[in-house]
Amino acid sequence: MSDERTPSPDQDILAEIQAEVAQDLEEERPPSGGPSYQVVGALVALVVGVGGALLAYGYGLGTLRRPGAGMWPFVVCIAITLMSVGLLVAGRRLEDSERFSRSSLLPAIGLVTFIGLALLMPVIGFEIPALLLCVVWLRFLGGESWRSTAITSVVTVAVFYFLFLYGLRIPLPHLF
Amino acid sequence: MDVNAFLDGFGLVTEPQNLLYCLIGVLIGMLIGVLPGLGPAATIAILLPITYSIDPVSAIIMLAGIYYGAQYGGTITSVLLRLPGEASSVVTVFDGFALAKQGKAGTALGVAAIGSFVGATVSILGLTLVAPLIAGWALSFGDPEYAALALLGVLLVATIGNGNKLKAMIAAAVGLLLATVGRDSFSGAERFTFDSLQLTEGIDFVVVAMGLFGVGEILYNLEERHGKPHVPAAVANIWPSRKDLKQSSGAIGRGSVIGFVLGVLPGGGAVMSSLAAYAAEKRIAKRPERFGRGAIEGVAAPETANNAAATSSFIPLLTLGIPANASMAMLFGALLILGISPGPQLVEERPDLFWGVINSMYIGNLILLALSIPLVGIFVRILRVRPAILAPITALITILGVYTINNSTFDIFVMIVFGLIGYLMKKTGFEPGPMVLAFVLGSIVEDGFRRSMLIFDGDPTGFFTRPISGTILAAFVLVALWPAAKALLARRKTGSDDTSEPHVPAGHR
Repeated sequence: MSDERTPSPDQDILAEIQAEVAQDLEEERPPSGGPSYQVVGALVALVVGVGGALLAYGYGLGTLRRPGAGMWPFVVCIAITLMSVGLLVAGRRLEDSERFSRSSLLPAIGLVTFIGLALLMPVIGFEIPALLLCVVWLRFLGGESWRSTAITSVVTVAVFYFLFLYGLRIPLPHLF
Repeated sequence: MDVNAFLDGFGLVTEPQNLLYCLIGVLIGMLIGVLPGLGPAATIAILLPITYSIDPVSAIIMLAGIYYGAQYGGTITSVLLRLPGEASSVVTVFDGFALAKQGKAGTALGVAAIGSFVGATVSILGLTLVAPLIAGWALSFGDPEYAALALLGVLLVATIGNGNKLKAMIAAAVGLLLATVGRDSFSGAERFTFDSLQLTEGIDFVVVAMGLFGVGEILYNLEERHGKPHVPAAVANIWPSRKDLKQSSGAIGRGSVIGFVLGVLPGGGAVMSSLAAYAAEKRIAKRPERFGRGAIEGVAAPETANNAAATSSFIPLLTLGIPANASMAMLFGALLILGISPGPQLVEERPDLFWGVINSMYIGNLILLALSIPLVGIFVRILRVRPAILAPITALITILGVYTINNSTFDIFVMIVFGLIGYLMKKTGFEPGPMVLAFVLGSIVEDGFRRSMLIFDGDPTGFFTRPISGTILAAFVLVALWPAAKALLARRKTGSDDTSEPHVPAGHR
């Protein structure tokens, strides 16, 4: 570029800045997943579309004059199906997915602690499961020191205890 | 405009309780904007359960405060850390961080605060004058118009956002489908309930939003957190000099107008307007090469515009009942929870709420300006809080919060499922935003469609022969086909002139 700072009038500065922003965001992202991720994504959408359309058909389409319960979901599912097929055909080279890596285990563990809290809370109250969740998240997912883990989790649970049970007077299942 | 109702609105806002909620909302918004991870939509989603327990007007005032507070909070991280907290602050990074490196972080933040205030205030003035007019005009809308308008809203949000348009439209369509789960209000037939008793009443909007936005983002952040320590630049001299203010005044003025206009458009909103305002400044600048190397206008314009847009995006919500972006969809959902359906009748039926919310923004932005300049030091210190400590706290707020809505563990599991869906969507390049927005508008589109078909006696061309719904649907078709048309045009253009190189300013690396 000889004269880099005088863009020609037809060169769109807005489009240029958009590209720059996209590039900037791109740098922050982990590597993309490649075509298999795109195909799986499109296939899941396709299954939702086709499955939904079949179910909606079963609810009765009715007539245009008197649409049945299934008419609208059927129309929507057909749209999903068509667009998924389009994505399957045209979207294989997209690079907007993110590859799963070892660090994807962290959200998986996080999810398990969510489920654990939901299962245990009605049985033994929220205090102990919440404390455990904090410990797992701070120490094992967040890499905090034991000292910081202990202090933060105890304080957090105590604050929630008083906030919900006394401050907001919301009857959370509780042990103590 | 009903001046009395307008003044009553001010009376309502200045009640101590509402002032307090406004202050809390703005503070939470700023905090959340500063802290990495959750965006405004996710924050509002996580805090939605609160709306069940407090007065409707106060609740909406607080949620609105979170929304525009977060817009400013995002600026702080853009300037100091080169980490845009919100998408709408991405362009601020270019010049904001460059200024910070030159030791002028304080100036950048000060100008951004003043620009934000001016932009928002101009926008609220516009909102005050324009909103009642639009609402009055929209009172004549019938079912076909609403169905068409809601559909256009969904499409605009899907296509104007970041990312792949087709994926966004698929996500939106799935959102429309999810809205049909439960008992059909016309025939009483159960749809997609799979014999589950809990699903017959449909899926709760709050649970979906908390799952897709809240849990989804929490899980996603857990993976993306690289444990980099945050070392913010030093901040000194927050008050901008007279010269800085003079230099940025034009940018602030233009940014206000650009932000207001683009913010009204569904899907346009804060992101688009900050880009457009930055581009406008660069285009008219005498020395465009300064941009990217610490031009104060490069901070003033986008920050003014995104706050102006954040404010004017209330117009479609309060006058038409159509949320313009994901955060507005959250407020829409909050209003529905409170038994208020936003739309043109709102200004007549609930003037307290309509004017209360609008007028709270005048005061909220004053609070924002008053807080942001003196409190910058504290926010800088908050930036040093490790994300690892915040993660379990947000996780607990989400789980316990969703439980309190119906005292139901079933809701927790539904939320977890949507959280997993939200996480996987992000991994595969689908945006959850359009899905939530379509979900919240789904029943409007379906009911409007079915009632219209009754009116039209089964003839779908009726949608196109009514002037307003016809125009809206024509716009729908244009927007739907625009990406394809643009791609075609671009291909022809690059075919004829492929010598132009992209230009990358060196300053912000």
